[in-house]
Amino acid sequence: MYLQFSRRLFGKAVHVLVLGTFTILLAFPFYWMFITSFKQNLDLYTMENNPFIFNARPTLEHVRFLFAETRFVRWLGNTALVGIVVVAITLLLAVPAAYALARLAGRWGERLGIAIFLTYLVPPTLLFIPLSRVVASLGLQDSLWALILVYPSFTVPFSIWLLMGFFKSIPRELEDAAMVDGLTRFGAFIKMVIPISVSGILTVVIFTFTLVTQEFVYALTFISSESNQMIGVGIPIFLVRGDVYFWGSLMAACLVASLPIAFLYNLFLDRFIAGFTVGAVK
Amino acid sequence: MAIARAKIKSAGAAKSPLLSAAMFTPAVLYILLIVGGPFLLAIFYAFSDARIGNAEMHFVGLENFRSILQSPSFRVAIRNSFIFTIFSQIVVIIGSNILAIALEKTFRGRGLLRFLILLPWVAPIALGAIGWKWILDSIYSVITWVLVALHIYKPYNAPMWLGEPHLAIASVLLVHSWRLMPFSTVILLAGRTAIPKDIPEAAAVDGAGFWRTQLQIMIPMMRPIISVAVLFGLIFTFTDMTVVYILTAGGPFDSTQTLPSLAFATGIQGSDLAAGAAISLFLVPLLVILAYFMLRVAHRAEVS
Amino acid sequence: MAVVQTRNLTKVFKEGQLGAVNDVNLETREGEFLVFLGPSGSGKTTLLRMIAGLETPTSGEILIGGQIVNDLSPRERRIAMVFQSYALYPHLSVYKNIAFPLKAQKVPKDQQRPKVEWAAGLLGIGALLDRKPRELSGGERQRVALARAIVREPAVFLLDEPLSNLDAKLRASAREELERFHRRVGTTTIYVTHDQVEAMAMGDRVMVLNKGVVHQLGTPTEVYDNPADTFVATFLGSPPMNLSEIGDVIAGFRPEHFRPASTADAGAVPFRFKVENIEYLGSEWIVSGTLAGGKMDGKKVFSRLASAQTLKLGETYDFAVPRRELKFFDRATEKRVEPRSVTWQ
Repeated sequence: MYLQFSRRLFGKAVHVLVLGTFTILLAFPFYWMFITSFKQNLDLYTMENNPFIFNARPTLEHVRFLFAETRFVRWLGNTALVGIVVVAITLLLAVPAAYALARLAGRWGERLGIAIFLTYLVPPTLLFIPLSRVVASLGLQDSLWALILVYPSFTVPFSIWLLMGFFKSIPRELEDAAMVDGLTRFGAFIKMVIPISVSGILTVVIFTFTLVTQEFVYALTFISSESNQMIGVGIPIFLVRGDVYFWGSLMAACLVASLPIAFLYNLFLDRFIAGFTVGAVK
Repeated sequence: MAIARAKIKSAGAAKSPLLSAAMFTPAVLYILLIVGGPFLLAIFYAFSDARIGNAEMHFVGLENFRSILQSPSFRVAIRNSFIFTIFSQIVVIIGSNILAIALEKTFRGRGLLRFLILLPWVAPIALGAIGWKWILDSIYSVITWVLVALHIYKPYNAPMWLGEPHLAIASVLLVHSWRLMPFSTVILLAGRTAIPKDIPEAAAVDGAGFWRTQLQIMIPMMRPIISVAVLFGLIFTFTDMTVVYILTAGGPFDSTQTLPSLAFATGIQGSDLAAGAAISLFLVPLLVILAYFMLRVAHRAEVS
Repeated sequence: MAVVQTRNLTKVFKEGQLGAVNDVNLETREGEFLVFLGPSGSGKTTLLRMIAGLETPTSGEILIGGQIVNDLSPRERRIAMVFQSYALYPHLSVYKNIAFPLKAQKVPKDQQRPKVEWAAGLLGIGALLDRKPRELSGGERQRVALARAIVREPAVFLLDEPLSNLDAKLRASAREELERFHRRVGTTTIYVTHDQVEAMAMGDRVMVLNKGVVHQLGTPTEVYDNPADTFVATFLGSPPMNLSEIGDVIAGFRPEHFRPASTADAGAVPFRFKVENIEYLGSEWIVSGTLAGGKMDGKKVFSRLASAQTLKLGETYDFAVPRRELKFFDRATEKRVEPRSVTWQ
């Protein structure tokens, strides 16, 4: 009786230890962001103070500074704008394409789908140099439209792949039944398939939006003026005056920008995994 | 009913090629334009003398490549690209396997824990990096504070985490591993739950203990999933410039430059588009190799 | 070779709810083939898994070979188990699958090969040793699972519905192979199934379970001809025993004992039977209809006949049940009681 009990206790202890260690290591920076955001400067920059606790009263000064005296709110707006437009473009391009490749194109559809997915592997750090020239020659430098033009290059391939898998899981009989009832193929697509695919499409929306907010290279390369920045670049680059980092506001900005994305991402996690694992999970 | 079916078949078959082409052409065209085009342009620039602000461009043959290959910072960059990519991947494979095992069974609070563990991956890269920059700050680093409190270092005498070359490299490695760990864990977790429950039970009945079951049964069965996690992880780390840019800007003294960050520094900050393009092209060989392995994994999954 | 015993074994999954297994007491005999028979949810698999050590009992004891094994892990109990899906390791060859238990017990490498070959030979799969499980047919996979189980020379075999994943045609031959295998090795075997045909064909004894409670433990003859209660009576036999409430008892008779009066002996209980459905199954006929007249008027009953060509739908005939084939059950407890005289009309 005791052997079993002590064995299980030991196993449980190790389990807790492993989970605890990893969670702390992974989540600590965010706790750090949190506590820095609300610490008074004299508390923050005094070496002797214990950094893990509040030694002076917490303050909202950094948050106030962030929202009132920096372009942070404007950046949030920029990011939201770009996000929404890019989501729209992505849906317009990816949804029909994924359907066509999943249903109509047969073997070649499969191959084309894989080819499209491979373009996802062409990194922005390779394309950004020629694209900077293209953007300049189109007169789009320092404009959000440059990002809107370029971002679908990585949101569309992955969205097509995600949706292809999704559409394939819808039984063909549904469309056949709709067509027997008189709809054309395209009509069946619009009236039957899309309404059923709302959750898949929602996944693509969230995924695209998070990709837009996380992007760094293009936003850094194409946008130069402070007021046109996206949050991904504005925060680390423009919340710095010369060499002086306003850490309190900086960390507050990081937190405000990261947490909502984290919530959204979490909700749709299983779908994202399905997209990445390419059916290798059988 | 049979007649109706035949009708559908003919209607569908006749319309399909045209309709399907119409439906996927916009996406394909867009991708060719925005991905394919610039890719070719990058190659073109690499053989030219393009600069920012200069409308002219001339063909210069292999000049760019020659000067890059001779530059010491380039050699450091290639070395670093591989070091960061490979070592962070090793840390992540081991760590995420352990974490996936720990997260397998449901327990109270697992959802919250999963949320916390995912944070490094879902937060925008630059923001996570800058968070670490604060943690690794040369004066106010919390790590320094702990080490001083433990009397391992004297105050003001602690190492500069981002200021000394070897420590800077270690710091970049740390941040890359930190960022990649959740991604890999979550994929491996999906792989583990796909394994039927009676396999580890059969192993238990056969007499296998915990380690034997994991190392000889569970992990080998997860080989395709582990491959996917590793391949994506390698690509994400190898092609990333953000972590280096934010943490060290390539310094101190170019000691933490990687191929992408060097390409950015040369091409955009240094205005030498041609050299920057040439540097970034060195990413291609490894990407092609990784893409090949990706296809193999996908193909094997289809076959089995 | 050992005897498996359980004492007051109970497993409750959710507080306050009825247990999956409730107060089960059993004792196997050396070398017997014991079948746990019951519908899904009856607790038979949970019971098996507790004996295997894959599930911890809420209360009660499990003994193998006279030793209490509650605290022992599966590998320490000297049992072998064949799962419903066979649970073959897909990335290992057949040889490595069979060798795995030996490897786990740290048997020296040079001793592994002879044992694997012996087990493979016993099941006739010597030629398949280099293949992978996905290349094998269902029947071959069963044999590999058995080889993997036997190679450790366990004290007890536990089989969890191993035939249910096979298609019908294969099932009969696979069943026969299992029976032959058991005769050859003679290890005490516990076999779980919901298929009463399998239970009757294979079992030395059958334990009928429902809702975690043992209804009857006995030989196939005992559970079929002398069911302990109405559940056992209706679970065994297809179509199930005809039951009807009459007076203060429930009377029952099996369809094969309900035949045209002309074929029955004198003293058989007569009934008027209106035919409503006739099914020809090739080897026999299943005729269903309702009783006409008497206390059981309108009751739906089944009959099994070797020939029914003379019967017509909608017509009423004289049928009868031999008195000795009538079973009686208490109306309240549904348990079997002594035969008593009843007025049928």
